[in-house]
Amino acid sequence: MESAVLRIENFSASFGELTVLKDINLSLSRNTLTAIMGPSGCGKTTLIRCVNRMHELTPNAKVSGKILLDNQDIYNTDPIIVRRQIGMVFQRPNPFPTMSIYDNVIAGYNLNGIKLNKEEMDRTVEESLRKAALWDEVKDALHRKGNFLSGGQQQRLCIARALAMHPEILLLDEPTSALDPKSTAHIEELVSHLKTTVTIIQVTHNIAQAARISDFTAFLYLGELVEFGSTEKMFTGPKDKRTEEYLTGKFG
Amino acid sequence: MNHTIADVAVPTARSKITLRNKWSVSEASFRRILYLAGLSLLILIVAIFFSLVVASLPALRQFGFGFLTGKTWDPVRGEFGALAFLVGTLMSSFMALLISMVFSLPVSIFLGEYFRHGNASTFLKSVIELLAGIPSVIYGFWGLFFLVPLVRALEVKIGVAPLGVGIFTSSLVLAVMILPYASSIGTEVISLVPSDLKEAAFSLGATRFEVIRKVILPYASSGIFAGILLALGRALGETMAVTMVIGNSNFLPKSIFSPGNTMASVIANEFTEATGNLYLASLIELALVLFIVTMIINILGKLIIHKMSARK
Amino acid sequence: MQGMAEISIHRRIWADRLFKGLIILLSLCSIVPMFLILFLIVKNGISVIDWEFLTHLPKPIGETGGGIANAILGTLWLIVLSFVFSVPLGVFAGIYLSEYRGDKLAYLTRLAIEILQGIPSIVIGIIAYVWVVMPMGSFSALSGGVALGIMMLPVVVMATEETLKLIPDSLREASLALGVSFPRTIMKVILPAGLSGILSGILLGVARVAGETAPLLFTAFGSPFMNYNILKPINSLPLTIFNYATSPYPDWHTLAWGASFVLIAFVLGLNLITKSVTKKWKVQF
Repeated sequence: MESAVLRIENFSASFGELTVLKDINLSLSRNTLTAIMGPSGCGKTTLIRCVNRMHELTPNAKVSGKILLDNQDIYNTDPIIVRRQIGMVFQRPNPFPTMSIYDNVIAGYNLNGIKLNKEEMDRTVEESLRKAALWDEVKDALHRKGNFLSGGQQQRLCIARALAMHPEILLLDEPTSALDPKSTAHIEELVSHLKTTVTIIQVTHNIAQAARISDFTAFLYLGELVEFGSTEKMFTGPKDKRTEEYLTGKFG
Repeated sequence: MNHTIADVAVPTARSKITLRNKWSVSEASFRRILYLAGLSLLILIVAIFFSLVVASLPALRQFGFGFLTGKTWDPVRGEFGALAFLVGTLMSSFMALLISMVFSLPVSIFLGEYFRHGNASTFLKSVIELLAGIPSVIYGFWGLFFLVPLVRALEVKIGVAPLGVGIFTSSLVLAVMILPYASSIGTEVISLVPSDLKEAAFSLGATRFEVIRKVILPYASSGIFAGILLALGRALGETMAVTMVIGNSNFLPKSIFSPGNTMASVIANEFTEATGNLYLASLIELALVLFIVTMIINILGKLIIHKMSARK
Repeated sequence: MQGMAEISIHRRIWADRLFKGLIILLSLCSIVPMFLILFLIVKNGISVIDWEFLTHLPKPIGETGGGIANAILGTLWLIVLSFVFSVPLGVFAGIYLSEYRGDKLAYLTRLAIEILQGIPSIVIGIIAYVWVVMPMGSFSALSGGVALGIMMLPVVVMATEETLKLIPDSLREASLALGVSFPRTIMKVILPAGLSGILSGILLGVARVAGETAPLLFTAFGSPFMNYNILKPINSLPLTIFNYATSPYPDWHTLAWGASFVLIAFVLGLNLITKSVTKKWKVQF
């Protein structure tokens, strides 16, 4: 069996007195797509924000347990280094408004003061935009600012921006919930191609979406990991009653 | 190809990492700089207060509380009583407030209720903004050459000494200057009166006048009052326009047409010619009084506004 | 009975109409002073403006001609000085207030800013006198710059804070998620995004400070000469207007109208530029 790229061990997270994640244990294989689903407030967004150490930006945030990226404890590493290895795409597209499309894609390098020569920059930009299925649409407008792009295109730009850093893991936080069905379909297709080159964790509240694209699914309820397994097995024969109820729409 | 943490932080053979030194500041130092910037503003205010107190100590020690009640301001004899200026300040400011309210309240109702959008509203708003942007010395200049002759003519008609300059003239200029301040907050609170309150009144058959009188104004009254307070604060500290038309007399004014001085205008007039520690300290004590009074009025006004927004 | 009720309604409707008319009338009255002032300045000042007026130094009493070149230069110099004293400190304080909103110190700082805003300009002039003129032993452009800088501080701080507060958190998160440190996120992403708001705040501050006289009366003090040395007294447009307008010489009065024209044009022009800067550079989210 492949060694796990991400291991979450006995992990809990809280905001002050309120515990949001209870004793999560999870192990993800390389180059797979794991969907995290569950009703609102179950902790799924908090979980991925802990993986790239964004959770601790909120005051009163506390964590316990371990998260190991390639066998390295991310809570013993400088958060900045952790975040450079893990890419995140947010619910609402948030390209940098003062930068051109080109600069947005390599923003991770520019902002961190990592200097690349022009050839490397051009190559990275094209490669990332191709992977994000956006290259053909913007290749003639690379130096324009991104505000003329549609919501779906902006989100793909954000995906390209994250991919440009060659992350180990790509975190997607309900990336299509603010988009129209056509853009959603585009992004779903692109994500399912991407998983062959990068490990993806996608938070979604859309059960059908999880079924369509993910290899593995984790079901969270009230901060607990209720069930985790291959998507096919879970959807055809869930082991836990709560999972079954969620999948059949009885709550959430 | 497997990427590790090292690959991103350390260059591959072809790429170069040059962390630009400008922003290599660590996070902790940046936070410290920001914290210091905020702190220094606090220190500034405290330093201002202390400097004023220390610099006016000679006068504080010599006259004590009698400074504010003394009627004589005679630099030659070393007698410094500020009553004439207190009276001058209060007279000119309160008259200015009254005159201004006659116009600022209607403006607030105009912009807050009758004409909230559209050309009329934009036009009046721009005019008011322009009024607020005119420098004080130009107001004084205009007052000197336009208002003073008018007031002189008026004084001739009513049989008072035709000086033209005086407390009345200064309050006229002040009234125009504080109009934007008195009206802007009023406009905002009037426009923020919840529409369901107004609609309830309308649906009972009230006319607009009655809705304004019985629903809007009472609801917005504390906000309007706050605006008036802030305008008062502005009027108290106004220097140049006042100094140019008030007549610069250090005697207790006998009527609104008398020449006089305000605390601010006497400082402007006499500071550069003040000789001797006591003279200077007395003028600085006037500044201290101005500082404290305007601070209290401004804080009061802002407090009322905060309470109002909390209420919503 | 019915007759009484009808009169009452009739009267109420008339009262309503009268009230509206009164409101409109009184509101429009407030336009009158503005037109009077502008009209007077343009009428009396425009004939004075010519190339000599703008580029020459003032002449002694009795001689005709002369100009306000030193006043114009002085005003510009003082603006630069007040910029130096207020913008760096003000922007960083504004960043502090926006990014550390809940801190106890932030609350106190905001209070300090509100107090600072309300201090009469002449009191600030006295502070600059005590802090700069007295130790230096002479009037100077530097002390004038300090006074004006203190006056500009609240404007810069508030413009920065308000602008940065409007920038959505998602932008900060986007940058942080790429592994960018907090200082870089602020300086290279957030601040550029808020540039138009901060800049327009600064320009409005400049417009206000350019017209100030009281704080300069005993700091910059004024001078009939051209001066580039910040340790010496310096003239400014408002000071010139004050001195000439209150003098007994009609020739100087005329010059004061010309100077007023230039000052008003500058201040109003800045206000207009600010509006277009805000529109052009504003970043939409």
